[in-house]
Amino acid sequence: MSVTNRKGLDYWLPKLVLSPTIAITVIFIYGFVIWTAVLSFTRSRILPQYEFVGFEQYVRLFANDRWLGAMSNLLIFGVLFIAICLIVGLVLAILLDQNIRAEGALRTIYLYPMALSFIVTGTVWKWLLNPTVGIERFMISLGWESFVFDWIVNPQMAIYTIVIAGVWQASGFVMAIFLAGLRGIDTSIIKAAQLDGASLFSVYTRIIIPSMRPVFFSAFIMLAHIAIKSFDLIIALTGGGPGNSTDVPAIFMYQFSFQRGQLGMGAASAIVMLMTVLAILVPYLYSELRTPKNG
Amino acid sequence: MAKMSERRYSEITGRAVLYGILIIVAAYYLVPLLIMIMTSFRSMDEIRMGQLIELPRSFTLDAWHQAWNQVQIGARDELGLRPYFINSIKMVIPAVAISTILGALNGYVLSFWKFRGSELFFAALLLGCFLPFQAILLPQSQLLGWLGLTGSISGLVLTHVVYGVSFTTLFFRNYYVNLPGELIKAAKLDGAGFWMIFFRIILPLSSPILVVTVIWQFTQIWNDFLFGVVFSDPSSQPVTVGLNNMVNSTTGETRYNVDMAGAIIAALPTILVYVLAGKYFVRGLTAGSVKG
Repeated sequence: MSVTNRKGLDYWLPKLVLSPTIAITVIFIYGFVIWTAVLSFTRSRILPQYEFVGFEQYVRLFANDRWLGAMSNLLIFGVLFIAICLIVGLVLAILLDQNIRAEGALRTIYLYPMALSFIVTGTVWKWLLNPTVGIERFMISLGWESFVFDWIVNPQMAIYTIVIAGVWQASGFVMAIFLAGLRGIDTSIIKAAQLDGASLFSVYTRIIIPSMRPVFFSAFIMLAHIAIKSFDLIIALTGGGPGNSTDVPAIFMYQFSFQRGQLGMGAASAIVMLMTVLAILVPYLYSELRTPKNG
Repeated sequence: MAKMSERRYSEITGRAVLYGILIIVAAYYLVPLLIMIMTSFRSMDEIRMGQLIELPRSFTLDAWHQAWNQVQIGARDELGLRPYFINSIKMVIPAVAISTILGALNGYVLSFWKFRGSELFFAALLLGCFLPFQAILLPQSQLLGWLGLTGSISGLVLTHVVYGVSFTTLFFRNYYVNLPGELIKAAKLDGAGFWMIFFRIILPLSSPILVVTVIWQFTQIWNDFLFGVVFSDPSSQPVTVGLNNMVNSTTGETRYNVDMAGAIIAALPTILVYVLAGKYFVRGLTAGSVKG
């Protein structure tokens, strides 16, 4: 009798322990996503209300110039941010992988911005990029009178300042991922290739970089995720301006939902953001799950 | 012989160029931090007469005092970043503790006490790691309203626990599945129960992943801005929101030195963690990326 009791306890206990998290997942993650989706099909303005209007909010969203601007800004920022981070990260990782004496110290320096809040990064770069006090002023004081670097106040160029600050913050992190990937490569293959007379350059381009495909992939996913969610960096750096020139979907969602009393449209924009993340993530997870894990 | 020395020569220049590049890149990452630190110790008079990017000629702690407890931020009575900093501490400690404990228990169950559907549940939970939080902001603010937690630190703690538990579970589960399963099987055969195995066998083996998870959660929650700006009111806002308000709401002259001191104050806890336990910080980042 006591034996079956024991088994009963060990049978139920794991489920009991997991149950708070099951509740969290069902309510706060899936439930709330569905709730947001439902809101996006309603007429909700300042307060949620459940009069359904079909896809009207989405139609309004994609007819809204600010939203289209925010999406195209995200595209520009996302592509440049991801591409530059990947290139800088990979190059730094390869350079650091050449038996560098002070590797530990350099790694620490490259990576520390990742420990900062985007608000801190934004605050610092806001003043560095400000033409009247920052880099432009500094270059002029050095004697380069005609030096101009006013991107942050130039609506055409402001989005690129977000890229500068974003790359500064996140590229060291990509370096760390790539460095871990490089260290995981079987060195005997590399030695064999070098014995066969392959140059260091071709060892990297033909063997090492292709074998790091999964690492590229996961770095890409992380960066895309950071880019789509980017909110605090832009709030601190430009506040979305000048004008709406650095507006992104996350800022649009926040302002329409919480400041302009357009809950329905805010919810629709949130769902579009989620769909964008899923569109990137699902193919990745699919390919990850299909290929059998080695080790 | 000549060929040998030529080769050595080019090797040495190659190394010099390599180190040169690495040091220039290091300067790119360090300069903003150095300017932040230097500016925070300068007086506004000096900056006004000169410029932002230059070596300091004076040393004063005035900007630090200002940023900490003298500058007026918004319309609140208490001055400076100090109340915001205290809010962040009150928020981060319970949120990290609860989400880490939950994550450890979840990881333990999902690794050693699997049941029908537990694998599926783990896969479903992972959406939480990639969820853009905009997709839950509206319902969450409604729920906090119903619970009477709008604008409270408890509401922020709840939010951070709920949306942090996916990551903490992932960390612990990925660590535990690599522990030898025989250990637990043997213990079960010896009659050890659920809690006994957890506290006597698993927990003592968990310190590396515990450190990684605590650091990860601490950094994420301390640096959060979105939840802070949406779910808190002036009495409960975290330091990231305080800093942003300070930098963007100063009326009159911009005090760069105070802004920079404020930025360092907001960044200090996570920088400290990074300096003291950088190895674990990196491990958390890579664990969150490669396996997530």
